[in-house]
Amino acid sequence: MLTLSVSLHHYLILAAVLFGIGLFGVLTKRNAVAVLICVELMLNAININLLAFNKYITPGDFIGQIFAIFVITVAAAEVGVGLAIIIAIYRNKLSVNLDEFDWLKW
Amino acid sequence: MVEFAMHNAWLVPLLPALSFVIIVFLTKPWKRLSALVCVAGMVLSCVIATLAAYGVFTNHEFTEKPLVYAVRWFSMAGLNIDVGVQLDPVSAMMMFMVTLVGSLIFIYATGYMEGDPGYSVFFSYLSLFAASMLLLVISSNLLQMFVAWELVGLCSYLLIGFYSHKISAREAAKKAFITCRVADFGLLLGLLSLQIVFGTLNLTELAEKISNFGQYTSMGILTLITVLVFLGPIGKSGQFPLHVWLPDAMEGPTPVSALIHAATMVVAGVYLVGRTMFLFTEVPSAMELVAVTGGFTALFAASIAITQREIKRILAYSTVSQIGYMMLALGLGSLTASMFHLWTHAFFKALMFLCAGSVLHALHHKADVWEMGGLIKKMPITGWTFVVGGLAIAGIPPFAGFWSKDEILLAAFDTGHYVLFTMAALTAFMTAFYMWRMIFLALFGDEKPENHPHESPWNMTLPLIGLAVLSAVGGLVGTPWAPFWQEWIFFGHPHHAEPNYLIMIGSVVLAAAGIYLAYTLYCADKTKARAHALKERYKFFWTLSYNKYYIDEIYLWFNHTFIDGAARLFYLFDIYVVDGIIVNGIAAITRLSGEGLRVTQTGRLQNYALVFFLGVLAVAVVLAFTGPSVAAGLTGGVK
Repeated sequence: MLTLSVSLHHYLILAAVLFGIGLFGVLTKRNAVAVLICVELMLNAININLLAFNKYITPGDFIGQIFAIFVITVAAAEVGVGLAIIIAIYRNKLSVNLDEFDWLKW
Repeated sequence: MVEFAMHNAWLVPLLPALSFVIIVFLTKPWKRLSALVCVAGMVLSCVIATLAAYGVFTNHEFTEKPLVYAVRWFSMAGLNIDVGVQLDPVSAMMMFMVTLVGSLIFIYATGYMEGDPGYSVFFSYLSLFAASMLLLVISSNLLQMFVAWELVGLCSYLLIGFYSHKISAREAAKKAFITCRVADFGLLLGLLSLQIVFGTLNLTELAEKISNFGQYTSMGILTLITVLVFLGPIGKSGQFPLHVWLPDAMEGPTPVSALIHAATMVVAGVYLVGRTMFLFTEVPSAMELVAVTGGFTALFAASIAITQREIKRILAYSTVSQIGYMMLALGLGSLTASMFHLWTHAFFKALMFLCAGSVLHALHHKADVWEMGGLIKKMPITGWTFVVGGLAIAGIPPFAGFWSKDEILLAAFDTGHYVLFTMAALTAFMTAFYMWRMIFLALFGDEKPENHPHESPWNMTLPLIGLAVLSAVGGLVGTPWAPFWQEWIFFGHPHHAEPNYLIMIGSVVLAAAGIYLAYTLYCADKTKARAHALKERYKFFWTLSYNKYYIDEIYLWFNHTFIDGAARLFYLFDIYVVDGIIVNGIAAITRLSGEGLRVTQTGRLQNYALVFFLGVLAVAVVLAFTGPSVAAGLTGGVK
């Protein structure tokens, strides 16, 4: 009989896997939009961590949940700014390929 | 009045200083007014100086205990410096002499500088010069004296280089300033050592402390200090080997030469040694040094003067020689004789320089005595006053030079310095010879048709007459039969030398022989054939003397070889070591490391993110392997 019990470890492993996928995407994707999506993945991995710790370690408090809401809010703003920049760059360069965006050096 | 003057002697330097300020800031555009301010300041200060001197010379207590008053200039822990006045017979005499001769020279300058574009400026400098010298004379401490000493040096620079459009004048001014600075370096070191060893620079306190110097220092140190102090006078008073600037100082306008050579500047060195006599008398070897330097310089300069052609150059070397006499007397311990010669020399040397200026004025600055001749007919006042000066410097009684020179010869003879005595006597003979060589060539003999001399205006001849009278009678204050001078101006105890008729007659004979020799060679002999024959026969000595023993050339050679060589060496050191290795080396290292690190700056966002991630990973790995204690340390103990 398989007893299905979800513990803190499962959440942490899920979050770590999500974070790893997001990080991999951020470091390897060429498309700027894809990178942004991957950043979102990483942020949400963090959110899972926060909520899991909140539930299993400090069940009476809301600190983790409140933090998660903050992260979501900030992430939304960040994506807004990020997309705006990508559109601006696209209008100039007709490209969203990150490999071509190296003019911020020196 | 006398009381007021004595207690306000600080007015004596202040009035010329005030003239300087007034001329520079107010009256500069009006020439006559500037000259008037200058002369008025000097004459007024002469009046005060005369009154103060009268007060000093009628009260014998000042020979024992000088009248000193001072205000605090500045003070630090262990260092209190006053600025004040010390009135005793020596300073009163100097004050009187400087203001009197200065006034006459200033009046003369109003005529001599006529038409010069820098008329007002010239008078402002003259005032400053006189003020500096008077400040030096009345100083009650050595630091104040040193300040005035440097001011005198500055003024000499300004005035010698007054004709700044002439390269030679500019060079001479620099030469004077630099030569004196070299010497002043020694003086400054000496003064600092005095302050360190004895804790005071006040003349009266220093005199007390040095009389038992054993409590403070050893003989060796004191000798060193004394020699260092003496370096200053060697430079300022144009003693061998730093005499080179003095003959070049004639590049300035003639009143300046008169002022420098007679009343101010060069006698400052003699005066300083006279003022610090208490120091020198404690160190016999330093006294010997002073005497030998003086005696040698006297003879050395006289031997140069014999062959010179330019009228002011002859006079300049005679100044070097006469100052040597004064130093000789100081070295023999006779402040009396030294100051006496300073006093008479001021009159006749000022007179002769002003006469020379009058001649140059008439001949439009043709300076070679061989191109003059017969001037006495066209310029009787200048001519005859010149003759008076010549008699005075040669030492013909009863003119001033005779009495003071006799005093010096007597001092040398009485103290048993027979070598120095012989040198001094020989110098006396040579002085008479070269002075009268100049006078016979310039004033007597045939007139040169190309010259059109004319007598100078009254404001030039009047000072000449005044100085001629002083040169004639100025020595009568100190004859052996009426030793007024000897009773007042002395160091230690008044010294009554018995009149030594042998020396007296001997010196007159020497002087007369010198004059007679000059007469036969340069006056009686119209063709000057014998003079030329002599020159040809002793060509080697003549060349040596005419080229001033090549001292200037030796200095130049030394300068080019060693100083410039060292400079080149330091230049290379600077270029290759300081600039090359240190400065540029550091810059190169910085630049190269920058070049290297630049490669890591790719501009690609993902590269940066990767580095960032690897960094975090590294920290995480370190924390994982080292445990919570290091983690606590890294995070600053945050739980």
